[in-house]
Amino acid sequence: MTKRFAVGIFEDEDVLLNAVENIRAAGVKIYDVFSPYPVHGIDDALGIERSRLPIAAFFFGMTGLAFALWLQIYMLGFDWPMIIGGKPHIALPAFIPVAFELTVFFTCHGMAITFFTIQGLYPRPKVPVMDVRATDDKFVMAIELDETSSQFSRLTQLLRENGASEVNQKEMTNN
Amino acid sequence: MQHVSAVREPLVTGGKTLHDVTQDICYQVEAKPNIRWMAALSVALFFLGVFFYSVYRTVWYGIGEWGLNKTVNWAWDITNFVWWVGIGHAGTLISAVLLLFRQKWRSSINRAAEAMTIFAVICAAMFPVLHMGRPWLAYWVFPFQNTFGSLWVNFNSPLLWDVFAISTYFTVSLVFWYIGLIPDFASIRDRAKGTIAKFSYSMLSFGWKGSAKAWSRYETVSLILAGVSTPLVLSVHTIVSMDFATSVVPGWHTTIFPPYFVAGAIFSGFAMVLTLMLITRVVFRLEDYITLEHIALMNKIMMVTGSIVGVAYITEFFIAWYSQVEFEQYAFINRATGPYWWAYASMMTCNVITPQLVWFRRVRYSIPLTFILSIIVNIGMWFERFVIIVTSLHRDYLPSSWAMFSPSIIDIGLYLGTLGLFFTLFLLFAKFFPVINMAEVKTILKYTVDNGPTYNPQKAAHAHAPQPAIGAPASAPITYNKHD
Repeated sequence: MTKRFAVGIFEDEDVLLNAVENIRAAGVKIYDVFSPYPVHGIDDALGIERSRLPIAAFFFGMTGLAFALWLQIYMLGFDWPMIIGGKPHIALPAFIPVAFELTVFFTCHGMAITFFTIQGLYPRPKVPVMDVRATDDKFVMAIELDETSSQFSRLTQLLRENGASEVNQKEMTNN
Repeated sequence: MQHVSAVREPLVTGGKTLHDVTQDICYQVEAKPNIRWMAALSVALFFLGVFFYSVYRTVWYGIGEWGLNKTVNWAWDITNFVWWVGIGHAGTLISAVLLLFRQKWRSSINRAAEAMTIFAVICAAMFPVLHMGRPWLAYWVFPFQNTFGSLWVNFNSPLLWDVFAISTYFTVSLVFWYIGLIPDFASIRDRAKGTIAKFSYSMLSFGWKGSAKAWSRYETVSLILAGVSTPLVLSVHTIVSMDFATSVVPGWHTTIFPPYFVAGAIFSGFAMVLTLMLITRVVFRLEDYITLEHIALMNKIMMVTGSIVGVAYITEFFIAWYSQVEFEQYAFINRATGPYWWAYASMMTCNVITPQLVWFRRVRYSIPLTFILSIIVNIGMWFERFVIIVTSLHRDYLPSSWAMFSPSIIDIGLYLGTLGLFFTLFLLFAKFFPVINMAEVKTILKYTVDNGPTYNPQKAAHAHAPQPAIGAPASAPITYNKHD
């Protein structure tokens, strides 16, 4: 599906932050903001909620820990008990290193997979972008346009008033 | 608007704009390889050839090709393994620990240091795998049901802990490094002209666009990965040291090993980071990003960890005497005065005495001296592992089996070969990947001349000849923004 966007280009992160606040206050819904680096304070300005990834990380870690303890206790304690160096079958202190490593392993990979999945990141041959300068030195604000013809000129004025150095119209498919 | 501080050195010099950063870092990726890079790569490839030949000899004829004997059954292989793992540690330390400590100066060096970690761990992993003698059965170290039934691996063994530690460390570092690379691949992708470059960097960038939500999640992920990587770094070398410490061999059986090995790892790792960074900054003209201040800071870390290692050497001696165990006492006296005294002397000179020169400001800020020092430390740390392993093994409890060790040509070839493998990988990385984390350097750029409390603005104005703000007249007064 093709959508049309008004794309405002900003030169400075502080100008962008003010613009985001003013434009949202003016009742305009911002589609997304693209920047070459994380702009601090933009989460609040855009109303992005705090990520719940840390909670996911905790559960991944606990899964790893449980798996590691089960693995070692089941294998050495029940499935094929062996006495090694006079230690008991279930020698918990000796199991700590592997339990720790697997906790970290599960946390890290679980986090990475979750991040890629919810963010929709995967290798693809072509990436449609609003403006190629968004990964270089410009801050890009995209506002979705509806069918009314006068909307673009109104948005252009609004973006200009808030410090955009340039406003373009962009059509995007499947963005 | 750039800001000036009288109390802190700038993190990035040269009054760079955001676009300059992209331009400077991408230049290396986009330009044709220069002659110095080609020359370096051919040397590295030659040693890679040496590596493959030595691996072929080891695998085809067995580890009888090495100089090991019944008494010294671990020597160069495990020395090299511990040395390479240690070198890897600085990368994670810079990317994880310094991130948690909010050390902004890490931004310019973390990418290359993490790459170093990954390549060093690859080199390290070669040695235990080849030491197995039958590397095609290496999967037996994983809890994998074997053909005889449900006989499992031994989770009580530190050698198995190593398997888990090294594989976790490698994969976690790889993921951490790759997630950091994604935004920079997107930058290169959006500038790429050729079809192949556009396609490959599109694939590598995973469709990154830099949207606000993505950045927010990206930072959360980075912080959590740093949080779990920090104890991971410490655990990996702790476990490596337990390979020794849980044994009953005099000279190995010491509780000081975990902290001592971790300090040694950071020490040698920072030496290797310095060696690589000093070369990289000259070859790729990155003097504005890797400044003298960076080098001085890394030197200071090297000095601190070097001193910790020195204290550990002395403590070992003290404890051997204090424990009144005569085998321990003999092992340590034999180290310092026995047939391998020269290795012990090299270790002491390189690791304890030379780093103390860093106390002098002139040494800290000198590029040639730092370069020489970093090489000396690398050599010293290799000798440390050699001393621990070979001198402890060659005279054990039973004098009738005492023996000496001398490396075979394959031992030497394998060591030089892994250096070739390491530098081949590093050179390829430096050519095709952005060596400096652009996105992160851009975040500190605006406050590149730190905007912390400036108690004397007048002095500050003269201290660094401030860059005129973009679009402002050169004589504009220094202004402070809301972060002040």
